[in-house]
Amino acid sequence: MLKRKVLPPTYGLIAEFDNPTDVVRAAHRVYEEGYRRIDAYSPYPIEALSEAVGVHRTKMPLLVMMGGIIGGLAGYLLQYYTLVIDYPLNVGGKPFHSWPAFVPITFECIILGASLTAVFGMLALNNLPEPYHPVFNAPNFALASRDRFFLLVESADPKFDRDRTAEFLRSLGPREVTDVEH
Amino acid sequence: MQRLDQPHDDVRIHATPVVIEPGHTFGSVTDKIASIILRKRTPFGWWVGFALSFMIAGMLQGTIVWLVLQGIGIWGNNQPVGWGFDIINFVWWIGIGHAGTLISAILLLLRQSWRTSINRFAEAMTLFAVACAGLFPLLHTGRPWLAYWMLPYPNTMNMWPQFRSPLMWDVFAVSTYATVSALFWYTGLIPDLATLRDRARSKVGRIIYGMAALGWRGSARHWARYEATYLLLAGLSTPLVLSVHTIVSFDFAIGIIPGWHATIFPPYFVAGAIYAGFAMVLTLVIPLRKFYGLEDFITDRHLRNSAKVMLATGLIVAYGYMMETFMAWYSANTYEEFMMRNRFVGPYAFFYWALIVCNVIVPQLIWVRSVRHSNVWLFVIAMFVNVGMWLERFVIIPISLHRDFLPSSWGFYRPTLFDYSMFFGTIGFFFFLMFLFLRFLPVISIFEMRTLVPEAEIKKGEAKV
Repeated sequence: MLKRKVLPPTYGLIAEFDNPTDVVRAAHRVYEEGYRRIDAYSPYPIEALSEAVGVHRTKMPLLVMMGGIIGGLAGYLLQYYTLVIDYPLNVGGKPFHSWPAFVPITFECIILGASLTAVFGMLALNNLPEPYHPVFNAPNFALASRDRFFLLVESADPKFDRDRTAEFLRSLGPREVTDVEH
Repeated sequence: MQRLDQPHDDVRIHATPVVIEPGHTFGSVTDKIASIILRKRTPFGWWVGFALSFMIAGMLQGTIVWLVLQGIGIWGNNQPVGWGFDIINFVWWIGIGHAGTLISAILLLLRQSWRTSINRFAEAMTLFAVACAGLFPLLHTGRPWLAYWMLPYPNTMNMWPQFRSPLMWDVFAVSTYATVSALFWYTGLIPDLATLRDRARSKVGRIIYGMAALGWRGSARHWARYEATYLLLAGLSTPLVLSVHTIVSFDFAIGIIPGWHATIFPPYFVAGAIYAGFAMVLTLVIPLRKFYGLEDFITDRHLRNSAKVMLATGLIVAYGYMMETFMAWYSANTYEEFMMRNRFVGPYAFFYWALIVCNVIVPQLIWVRSVRHSNVWLFVIAMFVNVGMWLERFVIIPISLHRDFLPSSWGFYRPTLFDYSMFFGTIGFFFFLMFLFLRFLPVISIFEMRTLVPEAEIKKGEAKV
């Protein structure tokens, strides 16, 4: 039988707050209530808020280290292959594998590999660029980049129930709770 | 028992000027900085500055056209002075760029929150300075359209670049530096571009800022990765900036010319770069904050701190000059001794003593409190340092080259009109890019300023359940 995925009627429910303390407290409460498909939006990074929605560590440091190692190896091997194997050139009787002279370029390649991985890795893990996202439909969401804070519970969350979740969110002291269209 | 005085209770400790003036909120910070870009009317002063710098940049373009047509013979370079204005200006510009990375990366790692309002601007300065710097070695190759020969790629000539040469290290260092600075700058801009997207009134503005913002929505999950990335980039940029000027100094130190062949060069060049960079930051920030009324965000604290960093690095540079002189005597090497005497009383002695005045004597005024607290004085001193750091490279490069080991190969170096038009042209180009940046991108990092506002404090007891 063909299983068709039916989209729930809305993307989720969003609560709007006007200060960081309230949104952090609300996020803790929502997480403790058992909701997992939640996200919060703030105009500047708030470590406590990321923690509250369940992000405790990121993969970034590991990724960046791997990028650095790959960059460094590539830089060293490039010099080794070109100057020792493919095009050995005797300069003042110095050894072909003159590794101290290879250090600066290897170092620069480590930094380059790690930095490119950091930025493009961050964008990829964040699924950016993503020009459209349902959350942009939320009223006042343009203020999320100015001075408002938002807490979203997705309708895809197993615990989600339009009425009960809305009531629960209202009990957390937001300015407003609204549906988010797809 | 008598209570010991708590040192932290001392009012004088708390008397440091603030990083951001009181009374600001998330909204006011956002609106103030965004309005510089989003307002409809462009201030008249901006047009004047833009037109002027555009004309000077045009002079640069004219010079480059003539240079490409005629070859680098239009410059004053000769034998034995094969490196003249081109390399002086390259090192000068690269050095200026370094303060931007220092402010954005090293001060971030050291948790110096005062860096926040000047880092965006300083990073832009880095990028534009590196763009100006890159022009010089590129055109000095004589056939810039073949500059890609410096990159390692399999080619029909069956040759590879010589990676044991400091000049190849330079290619990698400067191109990595330009790439990483651009990445760092753009990463920092993403959240602010989202703010501009949300606040722009014109459709074109919304589309362009919207595309540049990549759909950033300020999600807490995104912020966690973003912050990790930003910190990691800062950690990577810190050794990078030190390595870049170290490698630039290797261009000289690996050579055997007296006046170049010195182990003190790497630290002395790095300190000089930061010195020049902070001087340029002060030169640009003092008029900028006045013109745009940004005194609330770029406070006196920023100027004082920059002046102090300038004084400290200036002392390291002065130590470098002293050590060069000492080593010339202590090494008992005839050529080293001659090189130093040639600097003191030779044909270019004027420039050496001008350098000492600009870089060592004048900046000592910063010790005086009233000078440090006067923006006019700081601006004047910064101008002296800008000139002094240029003279330093002049002293190191042509003065060392024009008289080396054999008197029969001595020569003289005199820059031509095209050397000057190219140098001043890059200054015009730098300001041209700066004016565009001021008009179209937030000159202060908005999202980081929000973290400094008192409302950003999360009340600990209330946040937890």
